[in-house]
Amino acid sequence: MATVELLFSALPEHVRTARLVAAAVARRAGVDEAVLDEVRLAVGEACSRAVGLHRNGGITSPVRVRLTEDEKKFSIEVGDDAPHPVVTEVVVGGTTVTSAAEHDDAGAEGEDDMGLAVISGLVDDVEVSADENGGVIRMSWPTTPAAVLP
Amino acid sequence: MDLSLSTRTVGDRTVVEVGGEIDVYTAPKLREQLVELVNDGSYHLVVDMERVDFLDSTGLGVLVGGLKRVRAHEGSLRLVCNQERILKIFRITGLTKVFPIHTSVDDAVQATD
Repeated sequence: MATVELLFSALPEHVRTARLVAAAVARRAGVDEAVLDEVRLAVGEACSRAVGLHRNGGITSPVRVRLTEDEKKFSIEVGDDAPHPVVTEVVVGGTTVTSAAEHDDAGAEGEDDMGLAVISGLVDDVEVSADENGGVIRMSWPTTPAAVLP
Repeated sequence: MDLSLSTRTVGDRTVVEVGGEIDVYTAPKLREQLVELVNDGSYHLVVDMERVDFLDSTGLGVLVGGLKRVRAHEGSLRLVCNQERILKIFRITGLTKVFPIHTSVDDAVQATD
């Protein structure tokens, strides 16, 4: 089971809470301090995307965040219930960025693209999957065993 | 922490000082501020991000939107940022090629290229 599991209503104001919780659990799990900013940003992007998908789709169920501490890695899963017709593939590079930059800032799709581009650029181990029942973004970071735990 | 915004005029430039966290919740406030400035005829903007603690793709989207708006009026949008963790997000998304990023407000205000 997950070390910490968080369910929150798909509202933008709760994304910050998810970031804070994820960073706190990651720190305890032994994720390097220098990487915590990346954890915070990546989980924020994943949650913002899930909130957007739920709101745009009129989905009332909560967004799910599972934080799991293993021996050698710390994993985060952010799950949404938005039906996706096709598996999302992320391409980071000039093409994606240009298309994201061409969207108007009011366009949710442009932000969605950019959010995934940020996650892919930040996290080495990331997997985005989606089907007609919803989507999951899985990310993980290596942990260093803590010398002393209070 | 919430988002803080303040604006001041330096010559023909409008400096927008942003502080706190720019994310999916607070970014609409920044968008409103930029839209309002452009609607009021301020087309040369300098966004000072030195006091920003957190920026995500929603914030980037708002800045790109602001850039598009000022460009429609032959204007400019320059950023001031020295924080590595914020700069990294611009690099990952390739937006360092889109925004002129300056190390100080003075530098941004005087820039003409």
